[in-house]
Amino acid sequence: MSVRRLAEVQPADFAFTQDNLQWAEGQIAKYPEGRQASAVIPLLWRAQEQHGGWLPEPAIRRIAEMLGMPTIRVMEVATFYTMFNLRPVGEHFVQLCGTTPCALRGANALKDVCKTHIGEQNHVTADGKLSWLEVECLGACSNAPMVQINFDYYEDLTPESFEALLEDLRAGRPVKTGSQTGRSCSAPLGGDTSLTDESLYDGSVVGAWKSRFADEASGDATEADSAGRPAEGSRPEAQAAKGKGDAEAAADGKTQDAAPVQARTSDRSRREGQPAWNSGAAKGESKGETQPSGEGTPSAAKPSDKGA
Amino acid sequence: MTKLIVDGAEVDVPADYTILQACEAAGAEIPRFCFHERLSIAGNCRMCLVEVKGGPPKPVASCAMGVRDLRPGPNGEPPVVSTRSPMVKKAREGVMEFLLINHPLDCPICDQGGECDLQDQAMAYGVSGSRFHENKRAVEDKYIGPLVKTTMTRCIHCTRCVRFVAEVAGCAEIGAIGRGEDMEITTYLESAMSSELQGNVIDLCPVGALTSKPYAFQARPWELSKTESIDVMDALGSAIRVDARGREVMRILPRTNEDVNEEWISDKTRFIWDGLRTQRLDRPYVRENGRLRPASWPEALGHVAAKIKAADKARVGAIVGDLAAVEEIFALKDLFGRLGVINLDCRQDGSALDPSLGRASYLFNATIAGVDQADAILLIGTNPRLEAPVLNARIRKRWRLGEVRVGLVGERADLTYGAEHLGAGTGSLTEIVEGKSGFAEILAKAARPLVIVGAGALAREDGLAVLAAASKLASGANVAAGWNGLSVLHAAASRVGALDLGFTPGQGGKTAAEMAAPGALDVAFLLGADEIEVAPGAFVVYLGTHGDRGAHRADVILPGAAYVEKSGTYVNTEGRVQVANRATFPPGEGREDWAILRALSDAVGARLPYDSLPQLRAALYAAHPHFAAVDEIAAGEPADLSGHAGGALSGDAFVNAVADFHLTNPIARASAIMAEMSALKRGSLAQAAE
Repeated sequence: MSVRRLAEVQPADFAFTQDNLQWAEGQIAKYPEGRQASAVIPLLWRAQEQHGGWLPEPAIRRIAEMLGMPTIRVMEVATFYTMFNLRPVGEHFVQLCGTTPCALRGANALKDVCKTHIGEQNHVTADGKLSWLEVECLGACSNAPMVQINFDYYEDLTPESFEALLEDLRAGRPVKTGSQTGRSCSAPLGGDTSLTDESLYDGSVVGAWKSRFADEASGDATEADSAGRPAEGSRPEAQAAKGKGDAEAAADGKTQDAAPVQARTSDRSRREGQPAWNSGAAKGESKGETQPSGEGTPSAAKPSDKGA
Repeated sequence: MTKLIVDGAEVDVPADYTILQACEAAGAEIPRFCFHERLSIAGNCRMCLVEVKGGPPKPVASCAMGVRDLRPGPNGEPPVVSTRSPMVKKAREGVMEFLLINHPLDCPICDQGGECDLQDQAMAYGVSGSRFHENKRAVEDKYIGPLVKTTMTRCIHCTRCVRFVAEVAGCAEIGAIGRGEDMEITTYLESAMSSELQGNVIDLCPVGALTSKPYAFQARPWELSKTESIDVMDALGSAIRVDARGREVMRILPRTNEDVNEEWISDKTRFIWDGLRTQRLDRPYVRENGRLRPASWPEALGHVAAKIKAADKARVGAIVGDLAAVEEIFALKDLFGRLGVINLDCRQDGSALDPSLGRASYLFNATIAGVDQADAILLIGTNPRLEAPVLNARIRKRWRLGEVRVGLVGERADLTYGAEHLGAGTGSLTEIVEGKSGFAEILAKAARPLVIVGAGALAREDGLAVLAAASKLASGANVAAGWNGLSVLHAAASRVGALDLGFTPGQGGKTAAEMAAPGALDVAFLLGADEIEVAPGAFVVYLGTHGDRGAHRADVILPGAAYVEKSGTYVNTEGRVQVANRATFPPGEGREDWAILRALSDAVGARLPYDSLPQLRAALYAAHPHFAAVDEIAAGEPADLSGHAGGALSGDAFVNAVADFHLTNPIARASAIMAEMSALKRGSLAQAAE
């Protein structure tokens, strides 16, 4: 980071749009009388969004007026937080993570790409499309190296893919956000390396383990045992196991994948005396019968399945 | 009370003390940069680290930790604080090393050299070498006004200046922008500060980052002779220290006086010194054929004596200016009394104040320190920010503590605190007196109401009526015993002393305004009176220091001594008698004013019976014993106010006594710095009006 200064060329004035003004008034109204200054960061942020990604000096003055703050106090906030850009940025503002994990994974090569394709930091290309800035960790270390462009992350970059990405952005072609190698979120890079045994998910392993509860319940439960253990009614998985046979569970294969996630969630929240979230509650209950293996892990994948 | 052991000695301190205060109570010295008694606690310099048993297991910033947060030992032993242990020394050395990493080693060219906190503390905690081999940080200098010079590379980010302007001065104009190593102290877009107290950041700055711009590279502290004195730029009589080298005053600094100025002074007080060198009257002058020509003392005095002797004594008058000390006013009154002159006045501005109404009718009876106790404040026809900036800071301090409402009747102004503007003229004042205004109730309920009447509100036809109304407001039903809230805020340093001496027209005598009228006088004697224009026709004798309005009008000029060039008694607006000491000598043939009057008395054949200042003072104390009680206030009887009813209120709007803060007296008008500040102020006012 270096000393940040206001841009030399500033617009003559700044005014919130009608919508933003209304929104700003809503933000200010959140705080009690005399504490309006608390709204300074949201207002600055909205001003920056409205003004093409950077914060002009008149906006600082205007916000100080709106909040009844000394101008220098707003200036202090705007210069303190590096996410407030004090100089113009490109239409696509690249924030390149240069912190250790990304640096180890090749962020320096990406920096070179920026230098050749965009120029120096804080410098907007002649067409106004691109500018870049090296920032500290953006919290996507498992997908290093990565950049943030406007509000999206672009991860698992290589100099080549990053170059292509910049060219696409410049040309206005659609781009893919997230990982550029096609993996989902931060799933292992070369596919799963553990928990790959299919039997983990067909109920056979879990079922064997689970039958223990049924045995204990019907058999040799001593007083001491039951005292040391929660009542069975409070353990839905035990109940479920008791109610349903393993075979039945295995037969119900397809629904299993989807159901356990929902059911588990709703169970847990109900146990804590809270309402279950969203539609999950309804779904969970309706599928409660088909819940033989409460411990079922969603098998490798398919976000589409999970969301069903 | 909390017991703790500091360096082996047990102390018992109030529970709200910080460890630093407790250590000081125990006599231990704690180094500090960011901590200041009159500012909020920042705790960011870390120089005040101490070791505690019964607190965190690490060095503790003593300024920011209260003694009540310390635990007693397992058997109830008091917490133990150590300020001299090896751990403390090592910790402070570490802090100092970090501070010095980026601090330039430019002490030989730094104005703070010799009086620098960092320099002093580096002697105790600094190491001789540096382990830092990178480049030092460098910061661009900032423009923050014509009074304060910045060398921001030297800044150690204690934020004292930021806190001072926000908390005490009330103009939050300095801030810290950026962060971490890139943090910089600046004003918004490097605009000039607008506070009348901004010079105090120079004293507050523990390093050489903020220094005095006019004084830059002028002198070193150890070559200056330091004289404790009293300021005359406003009627507060702030305690100052005048630093002189040879015959020249090099700078003026504040002294601490809790009852008056705490430790602040206004910019006019601080930066007036260049006005003491320019436009000086350094020899007598006599007007001949319309032009002033230099003359010798005997010639000038003879000329004056001849005119006075020849004149009808009913057509001779004397007017005392705003900067005169009690001694010369006493000598002048004595001399003119011997000559039978009754046209005497000290109220150039036409103030209605009259010593016959009792001393309490013209004093700031609540006292300046009493502002801290006030529970309702009403300002009438005054802008204390311009008339007495230090008092304004005191009112602001009271206001910040809360549970007080401040009302203002008069010109609308930004006083740096939330004063409610209740109206512009006497109409609004009447409303409050008659209980029609909401503020009347507040005043009536108050146990310690403070009603401040400005000099401008009294210098009018209906001045006495205003004073009577103020007196009524200050004496509500619930006023605590011993509290007199009627407070006159004078604008002239000499005024209370002159009123104490009774320097007002005798029976049938003319007031200042009448004396200045055309054809009123044959001989007018002006003792430093520059704020009044004597009409053509009179023979004007001007005894003063600067070639200002009075000197331009004068037929004979007698060069006197300015306030730093004589030992003089001044009585401030609250009636506190204070003695200013001589720091240097009058230039050229200038003499102390009382001595000139003594010489004149010889020439007119009415010799004054004192040949030295002690003799004069003995006579003064014999006639007015309360002047002998230096630094004391002889309180007036509040009862003697009820007697006078006052006339009708005119209904006119109030006009403040001071319009241009920087140009109120001849010394200020001779000062280039004040002229620059005044122009800057006018410029920014014009800008604000657009």
